[in-house]
Amino acid sequence: MKNSNVLLEVRDVAREFDVSKPWLNRVIEGQPKSILKAVDGVSFTINRGETLSLVGESGCGKSTIARVVCGLYAPSRGSVVFDGVDMAKASVNEQQQLRKRFQMIFQDPYASLNPRWRVGKIIAEPLISHGIMTDKVEIKKRVDQLLTQVGLSPLDQEKFPHEFSGGQRQRISIARALSSNPEFLVCDEPTSALDVSVQAQILNLMKDLQREFGLTYLFISHNLAVVSHISTRVGVMYLGRLVEMADTKTIFNRPLHPYTQMLLSAIPDLKMTGKQRTPVAGEVPNPLNPPSGCTFHPRCPYANDRCKSEAPKMIVADDGSMVSCHAVEEKRIPIRLAA
Amino acid sequence: MTTPLLEVKNLRVQFPTRRGLLTAVDDISLTIAPGEVLGVVGESGAGKSLTGAAIIGLLEPPGRIASGEILLNGRRIDNLPPDEFRKIRGREIGAIFQDPLTSLNPLYTVGRQITETILTHLDVTPAQAKQRAIDLLNEVGIPAADKRIDHYPHQFSGGMRQRVVISLALAAQPKLIIADEPTTALDVSIQAQIITLLKKLCREHGTSVMLVTHDMGVIAETADRVAVMYAGRIAEIGPVAEVIHNPQHPYTVGLMGAIPNLGEEVERLTQIDGSMPRLNAIPTGCAFNPRCTRKGEVGVRCTTERPNLLNAGNTQAACWLYSDTGTTNTTNTPQSVAA
Amino acid sequence: MNDTLKRIFDSDLWYSFKRHPLVIVAAILSLICILGAVFAPILAPHNPFDLKTLNLLDAFTPPAWTAAGKGQFFLGTDDQGRDVLSTIMYGSRVSLTVGICAVALSMVIGITLGLISGYVGGALDSFIMRVADVQLSFPAILIALLIDGVARVVIGKDGHDEVAVYVLIFAIAASGWVQYARTVRGSTLVERNKEYVQAARVIGRKPLAIMFSHVLPNVMGPVFVLATLHVGAAIITEATLSFLGVGVPPTQPSLGTLIRIGNDFLFSGEWWITVFPGIMLVILVLSINIIGDWLRDALNPKLR
Repeated sequence: MKNSNVLLEVRDVAREFDVSKPWLNRVIEGQPKSILKAVDGVSFTINRGETLSLVGESGCGKSTIARVVCGLYAPSRGSVVFDGVDMAKASVNEQQQLRKRFQMIFQDPYASLNPRWRVGKIIAEPLISHGIMTDKVEIKKRVDQLLTQVGLSPLDQEKFPHEFSGGQRQRISIARALSSNPEFLVCDEPTSALDVSVQAQILNLMKDLQREFGLTYLFISHNLAVVSHISTRVGVMYLGRLVEMADTKTIFNRPLHPYTQMLLSAIPDLKMTGKQRTPVAGEVPNPLNPPSGCTFHPRCPYANDRCKSEAPKMIVADDGSMVSCHAVEEKRIPIRLAA
Repeated sequence: MTTPLLEVKNLRVQFPTRRGLLTAVDDISLTIAPGEVLGVVGESGAGKSLTGAAIIGLLEPPGRIASGEILLNGRRIDNLPPDEFRKIRGREIGAIFQDPLTSLNPLYTVGRQITETILTHLDVTPAQAKQRAIDLLNEVGIPAADKRIDHYPHQFSGGMRQRVVISLALAAQPKLIIADEPTTALDVSIQAQIITLLKKLCREHGTSVMLVTHDMGVIAETADRVAVMYAGRIAEIGPVAEVIHNPQHPYTVGLMGAIPNLGEEVERLTQIDGSMPRLNAIPTGCAFNPRCTRKGEVGVRCTTERPNLLNAGNTQAACWLYSDTGTTNTTNTPQSVAA
Repeated sequence: MNDTLKRIFDSDLWYSFKRHPLVIVAAILSLICILGAVFAPILAPHNPFDLKTLNLLDAFTPPAWTAAGKGQFFLGTDDQGRDVLSTIMYGSRVSLTVGICAVALSMVIGITLGLISGYVGGALDSFIMRVADVQLSFPAILIALLIDGVARVVIGKDGHDEVAVYVLIFAIAASGWVQYARTVRGSTLVERNKEYVQAARVIGRKPLAIMFSHVLPNVMGPVFVLATLHVGAAIITEATLSFLGVGVPPTQPSLGTLIRIGNDFLFSGEWWITVFPGIMLVILVLSINIIGDWLRDALNPKLR
């Protein structure tokens, strides 16, 4: 499995949150602890230089994965291996070294920059924290360069975040993430708080930077159109599990899993080809109390008794695409080609 | 041409602030025919939500209508005293907002809220009102409506809650519904359900809708005509297919190119550089001119004189590029458009 | 520097300040009080602690505008012939010192504990908050009396006079930190989950660095409001303790001590000895509280 092309490997990661009421309330009301399985056994790899996207509806665990990968949450089970090093087993020193090599871009450009810090200080934080640079003049030069790279002016480093628009703040966020010359960026819905025209700017910028610096992205989004534009490979998540993963073309042209098919047909059709949207009945179940077997079975048109009782295993095809569905395995689903 | 149900003439909404008077909606005119769905699309800060709020008389102070007229069925409503307006709101104009939680009172059952609206506006007995409430909930697709009527808003999921809000908006059979970002807070699969429902109900009841959103996909699926707003003004207005497939205003052109399309492989998205101007720094002339790629083509007029809506192709665009092809309107008023 | 000034005059706070005449009056009054106290040795007409200038024959002189008043003692004199105006100026010095130092000390304790409590969470959080609850169940005066009593026993009467001010500061601070800890903890819980804090964690900053360089500047708004109001409350507590006789010694009188001394003569007709320090106390605390209330409203985005 030791493949030099693989930058990050996520092995059977699970993350649970204790969302129980306070102890006293539980005792009085006689309720058990309630555990939310935000992510339940997810495995995938990311190759150098590619963009892997995770899509899914709210509560599917995609943001939790991003945070586990970045070390913001410790996984309850499984491991994250970055460039051959298991993050959980790495020494403090090694971890410090690894941290330089990945960074994160957040969703909300209004919350991800400290409102009391000047832009120059914000961007220089990783440089100073990692001890990459200590000389003030050198740091300023690097910040100038970073600001220019993301399309802002070096003069902007004296300003405060509130003086910028949402798109400009996201550029500042990207400049900060790039300052320690990382190889890997985790992007948690980086454009969903932005307007379309600004979203296009940021997506273009991210593509340019990827080409220039050979960056690898883990891209989290709920917007399938954005994902289809930016990714090399796409993973679809549902209720804490990966249900399908394949390269972008395959997944959008020949979706296998019923949930992927449903998501694709639910996207508004801008071209107005007259294609009728097929709204799928039902809603995402409460993740505190997920359905038995395949968690998608209550909404799935192909569900049978096996789906209700037995959780499907991941089937890996020759081309590396994966799908976890009994109906696909048993060839019960007509293959639907996207319009 | 049929008489419009709603006619907005030269509406201007202003906010007095300590740094001067800000004009958030600047001289907007539009009409909605009976049974028509008018989409109002724009990026944040374009003034689209304020236009909706002004029509329904819910501008938050210190915002106020500075000039212009709003006519509903030929009757002027913008200058009505608050008491009079309250009778119109709900009875003649219904409202659906982005966050269903804020439009429902968390302390009352949904049944009570719908029944109250019915009793306030329609001449029925309480028993009839309750029956109508159950019918409404059934109609918007809430299962076991006769039981759910006694539930509180927090007992509904996000999608179900938005269905309740729609039933509340329809309760008194209004002729017009102002829907402000009705699907923005929802997941794609739920979004598709709600859009389908809204379309179906409006067709059945002959209700007109002003659909305010930033999502061009939703507009494409739902609206008959669309008004594209930029910096408080209408940049382009016309039949939805024309605006999407054959946009005339450079801003609309850029906006359409900026939206990533499923299955369409483009290396870079069209991007409109810069961002929407802040209200205190709206450029002179055409507000879009600093970002416009075509402003050189018509000389200095773009930076000095503000364009009104001109006939452009099959739509109307506020752009000097069309000054010789179309007849100049004296105001920002769209000319009659066959429904 | 010029840039900073420009930012201050351009801020919403300054704008709001200009629109509240009552706050302007309160600010001017408290500024006069503070300047009068700070520059008392220069501004005061007499030095009430210089025994050589005291003349017992001047004792009980009523204020200057009454029939028996003397021009040089504008607000009259006390039982030892000290000029009441001067003692008030020197007295506010002590009162303000105790008030401000006590608030500063409680801020340091409270903010630190609140930050740690909110950021670290878990058992440490529960522990600190339970200690705070216990602290809250004692009235401030009782704690101050207790600490003062202990100090007296430990240090002895003579030594106590010298350290009385510090004991007082510590006593008031010990009862005041809880509010800061609770406020800061609450705001920290909100800030901790914001993405800029997560960004700092991804960068690999240490928890302490995040707490003090990221979270702290963003939770200070409500703390300033609290501190302003607390200065007023601390001055009152100090006055109360001194009035009860457990505060600063008469040789170094605060406003509270002055009121207590004057109180003995209230019924024999020498009202000015106690009334003027009392008025001074009211003006000082009232103006500080008005400023504090305004700050609270002006910094609250919901009321704007």
